[in-house]
Amino acid sequence: MVPHIITTSGILLISSLLKTVCIFREKKGVKTINISYVCSLSFLKLQIMGKRYWNDYQKAIAKDHFFYERSCIRQTFFPGSEAAFLNILRNDLGLDIYDSSHQHTCTGIGYHTDVVPFETTMTIVARLFSLMTEKGYENYVPSCVTSFGIFTEMLEKWEENPALLEQARELLHKATGRTFKLPKNIAHPSDIIFSYRNELKEKMKYQLVNRFTGKPLRVVEHIGCHYAKIFPKHGVGNAEFPYVLAGMIEAWGGEVVDYPERRHCCGFGFRQYLVQENRGYSVANSRKKFESMEPYEPDFIVANCPGCAMFLDKWQYTIAEMEHKTYDKEGYGIPVLTYEEMAGLLLGYDPWVLGLQLHQVQCESLLNKIGIQYNPNEKYKGYDGKILPLPGKPSVLKV
Amino acid sequence: MSKIAIIGAGPAGIETATVLARQHDVLLFEKENAPLCNIRNKALLFPDFTSADELANNMMRQLEHPRITTYCDTDITDLRKAQNSWQLTDAKGNQYEADYVVLSTGYQIFDAHKKEELGYGIYPGIITSIDLEKMIKEGKITNSIGDAPKSVTFLQCVGSRDEKSGNHYCSKVCCVTAVKQAIEVRKMLPNTTAYVFYMDLRMWGQGFEEMYRTAQEQYGVNFVRGRISEAAATYDQRVQLKAEDTLMGLPLNMTTDLLVLMVGMCASEGTDRLAHAAGIAGKYNFAQSVSEHLKDNLTEQEGLFLAGSCKRPMSIQDTIQDARAAAITILEQIA
Repeated sequence: MVPHIITTSGILLISSLLKTVCIFREKKGVKTINISYVCSLSFLKLQIMGKRYWNDYQKAIAKDHFFYERSCIRQTFFPGSEAAFLNILRNDLGLDIYDSSHQHTCTGIGYHTDVVPFETTMTIVARLFSLMTEKGYENYVPSCVTSFGIFTEMLEKWEENPALLEQARELLHKATGRTFKLPKNIAHPSDIIFSYRNELKEKMKYQLVNRFTGKPLRVVEHIGCHYAKIFPKHGVGNAEFPYVLAGMIEAWGGEVVDYPERRHCCGFGFRQYLVQENRGYSVANSRKKFESMEPYEPDFIVANCPGCAMFLDKWQYTIAEMEHKTYDKEGYGIPVLTYEEMAGLLLGYDPWVLGLQLHQVQCESLLNKIGIQYNPNEKYKGYDGKILPLPGKPSVLKV
Repeated sequence: MSKIAIIGAGPAGIETATVLARQHDVLLFEKENAPLCNIRNKALLFPDFTSADELANNMMRQLEHPRITTYCDTDITDLRKAQNSWQLTDAKGNQYEADYVVLSTGYQIFDAHKKEELGYGIYPGIITSIDLEKMIKEGKITNSIGDAPKSVTFLQCVGSRDEKSGNHYCSKVCCVTAVKQAIEVRKMLPNTTAYVFYMDLRMWGQGFEEMYRTAQEQYGVNFVRGRISEAAATYDQRVQLKAEDTLMGLPLNMTTDLLVLMVGMCASEGTDRLAHAAGIAGKYNFAQSVSEHLKDNLTEQEGLFLAGSCKRPMSIQDTIQDARAAAITILEQIA
């Protein structure tokens, strides 16, 4: 594994993206802003989100006894995040969460790209619910935001059309002989961390504060589309301004950066990257966000969707290779964390156990700003105590 | 001679009171500290750019009638039918009795905060048509940092014809108001570009279509058919818009200095409350008349009448005409 460089897709993308890049360069002149004017604003109101009224809406989030459903892709992208979530719940909060070894895909990516038919997805969801029922749990917690969207969509469809629910029961029974109950509560893991953010704050060793300046860290939060855009009622703080990550950031001492393309897609949109020829759209979307957030000089990005965190991280390498452009002053890129990694770091978890060395944009600058202790010599130490082969270095992005 | 209570001292209430006072005693109730607050907030009225203050002053002179008693700061909160009269109660617990009651409690503007995607109350530089009207009245249109905007963009149908907000109806006056305000912006700030995003422009009244043509030909207002889906502040405190131009069939990304949300008309709190208290609440919490064709000022409750925009969105002209119709209906009933 070569974590610092995307070895295949990034290079293959370059030719398909040349046209897009040219278009952006043409537009750059039009979009240039008056720098002297901007400087005079002196960061007028970075925290525009202080004017919140949308967080009046809070969804119901179960407090304990959860059935956890893992993500297909998160353990590859961010291998320490799901383990960190389980540890936080079990060890730091003393909660009960069941992690089944019999689980499987929710079909999300296949479903949203029309590869997997609706009836199949419905049956797959029914089987996952049957695993929860079998173990006596009623609070369902899918790790992935796409899975969260799949489950809420099925529950919504079944509520609106009970005949579909009966069909799902019949299909599951014919295929497996299993039965299931509907969950009483469905929450994304970020909902649960959000709901315990104040309790976790009490246990945290660090805050989202720059130890050199004493100022709050400026954090870009990015919410996965399938978290609240499909069903606003299932998101903390509704659809336009979900408060789930912003609430964590504020509770833990940071400052949320609002920027014009905050609500724009990260580039993970399935149809944008599944077909290789279309991947230029994926990079273009991520680039649009980076260009938009750059003037605010964020200290890091946090996301609650596996695809968002992955693409916002990895495409920084691709863009750096294509355009010789990085989005921080020092040339290291903007670190991207999952919310479990953010919580874990502040609780004092070892950054290398959290898997931060497997990110594309390296996080040492962020760790130093917060004052988190880490051993650089153990960054690539495996569980057997041996040092793993060191990764290659990108030509532009510093590591 | 009868005693008639009129609830709401807007144009409908005052016009009804003026006609009825020729023969009857009128008690006119207004919850604000003065009549005609909605008109007083406006600068010029469509389609002929009549001064709103001039109209308000003329209407106030109509109130100087010995048979009209005006109660300001009096919020009527309850309305009940007694045996041969109506009992009214205000927020302070005072009670009033009348033989007949006219509901002229009007409208209130749609709360643009509900359309979170449009950023009102979140980002500077995003205002409502009411906010802009106040700026025009004060003679100074400014962006979020107090400068003259280089571009002003209007968005029609905010809270009207909108399934998301639950208001499926057209508010009737927003289209022509945007045209009027765009012209006023261009008059006050000749170097400012004006854009109007619309679904379709409903120029239903006399002089409206001509005004629309004038806006394009004489004042160079740009009309774009399409909806704005999202607004956000930029780093330099402008407003970034995401929209669709449905004539071009293309998505659109642009920045503007001032975004004006053309907010629609909703039933006022008073209309909602009293229509429900009297059992005449209709669609969208407006008051329901017996028939929109022949009995539009009558209600199912004997002795309770309707005038103006407590029934549905109306222009000021239509409100005044409807108020006169209400007064004549009452006179016919009394006779």
